[in-house]
Amino acid sequence: MSVLVYIDTLGGNIAKNAMEAVTYGSKIGSTTVVTNGPISNDALASLGNYGASKVLVDRSITVNDSSQITNLIATAVESTGADTVIISLDLTGRAVASRVSARLKAGLAVGAIALPEGDGHIKVNVFSGKAYGHVKINTAKKIIALTPNSIPVETTGGSAAVEDFNGNAGASTVIVKEVKKQEGDVLLPEAELVVSGGRGLKGPENWGMVEDLAKVLGAATACSRPVADIGWRPHHEHVGQTGVAIRPNLYIAAGISGAIQHLAGVNGSKVIVVINTDPEAPFFKAADYGIVGDAFDVLPKLKAEIEKFKAQN
Amino acid sequence: MKLLVCISKAPDTTSKIDFTDNNTKFNEAGVQYIVNPYDEWYALVRALELKETLGGSVTTITVGNAGDDAIIRKALAIGADDAVRINAEANDAYYTAFQIAEYAKAGGFDIVFTGKETINYNGSQVGGMIAEIMGLPYISLAEKLDMNGSTATINREMKGGIEVVEVNTPFVISAAKGMAEQRIPNMRGIMAARTKPLQVVEPVACDELTTFTSYSLPPAKSACKYVDADNVAELVNLLHTEAKVI
Repeated sequence: MSVLVYIDTLGGNIAKNAMEAVTYGSKIGSTTVVTNGPISNDALASLGNYGASKVLVDRSITVNDSSQITNLIATAVESTGADTVIISLDLTGRAVASRVSARLKAGLAVGAIALPEGDGHIKVNVFSGKAYGHVKINTAKKIIALTPNSIPVETTGGSAAVEDFNGNAGASTVIVKEVKKQEGDVLLPEAELVVSGGRGLKGPENWGMVEDLAKVLGAATACSRPVADIGWRPHHEHVGQTGVAIRPNLYIAAGISGAIQHLAGVNGSKVIVVINTDPEAPFFKAADYGIVGDAFDVLPKLKAEIEKFKAQN
Repeated sequence: MKLLVCISKAPDTTSKIDFTDNNTKFNEAGVQYIVNPYDEWYALVRALELKETLGGSVTTITVGNAGDDAIIRKALAIGADDAVRINAEANDAYYTAFQIAEYAKAGGFDIVFTGKETINYNGSQVGGMIAEIMGLPYISLAEKLDMNGSTATINREMKGGIEVVEVNTPFVISAAKGMAEQRIPNMRGIMAARTKPLQVVEPVACDELTTFTSYSLPPAKSACKYVDADNVAELVNLLHTEAKVI
């Protein structure tokens, strides 16, 4: 099998989900990576450590234009003869994977959470993580969009050859006027640890204890839908069915009852901790660890204990 | 402006998810179908707002069978002018996008809207595929859209924040939270929707590129382990030694 992995390096670095996609590809077959970021050759060569044998880079594509990136991937598929294309389902992947599928008339399995099964079918998340679908791709060429944080990154110690590549990208139709960077050190969609608050925190002035805990953990902050809707927190922090879906290793929810729509956004989390005054809160049914107690009391204590733990480890 | 909004049905957000026929079909027993929230709350409502300020028309398009007419009438009650239903099952994203693109090509639409994803298949596929088949720019995960003549200014989610981009019509856009506020249809809208045109179009030939062969449910979660509020140190210990996440 010949595999092509597209990764987004426009941020100038190699994100963890890109390493996952390369690891995934290398477990299927001989893997070439194609990318378009303003990133050093040394950084690209390091993709060999996750199993890539070659990296193709077209630095003429400087904005996130789904048409240009589709041209790049289609050109790379032709030049490498790849029969499988892997794209991480990050924000760029969501814009690009579907276009590439239509361009190549190659079936796309979106939201893969594991390597292809024995019969070649691909297990994907459906119903907002409440179930899995098993997708058969009916075409010879196959495209898999991999859910971030689904498989562990594996290293091989290798190094990849880096080649400049002409992706025949064409002119961009999208002009970037401004970039508004999100505040905070850890970005929610990529965060491995997340601390989240709901209406139980009673007002935006009380978010300091959520932020303080997040800071000592190195976690991102999040919130429930009502909290975003009434303007206590920005919309991009809203996790749930109609907000962001996240899959961190640890999700700590304080003062969130755990409505089914909220669970849909967080049920991919590896470990869920729920802090709520109401022992009947439905969230406890989905939790791994629970504390029946007041967030105003528990969050500061938890912060102090984490600080103590960090000091000792 | 001529605006086309892709509308899909989706099971109500509180639906119990399970499967029948040896786990090959979604169990529809007792399931209430709604307009997919991203299609309705964000895509459709923003299209209606643009029509109200700039003039023009809003047409909805759905790939589905006659059973979908109820959710199509809901979209008409919210304010769309007319609707098209491609008379076919929407089992595969490429098939669905191909049908919509085939209709849209002849329509001269300035903007084709989709929701960010459906809440049942979460694929985010149809918008990008329509754009590719029609050869149009595609802006995904947009949370703000303003028009100035034929130029759109769009805020879209990008890694690490928001990017403000400009693109000219015609284009395809997928709408995420923030683009508009949900509208509840009023009685006049519901009455008017009954007589608005709903055109049924037969599908064109197209291969299905993918097939969902079966479904499964995640393993049941083991019971929650409770820690006393006065013993938070124990939680930290469990997260480190048992869960191994810190």
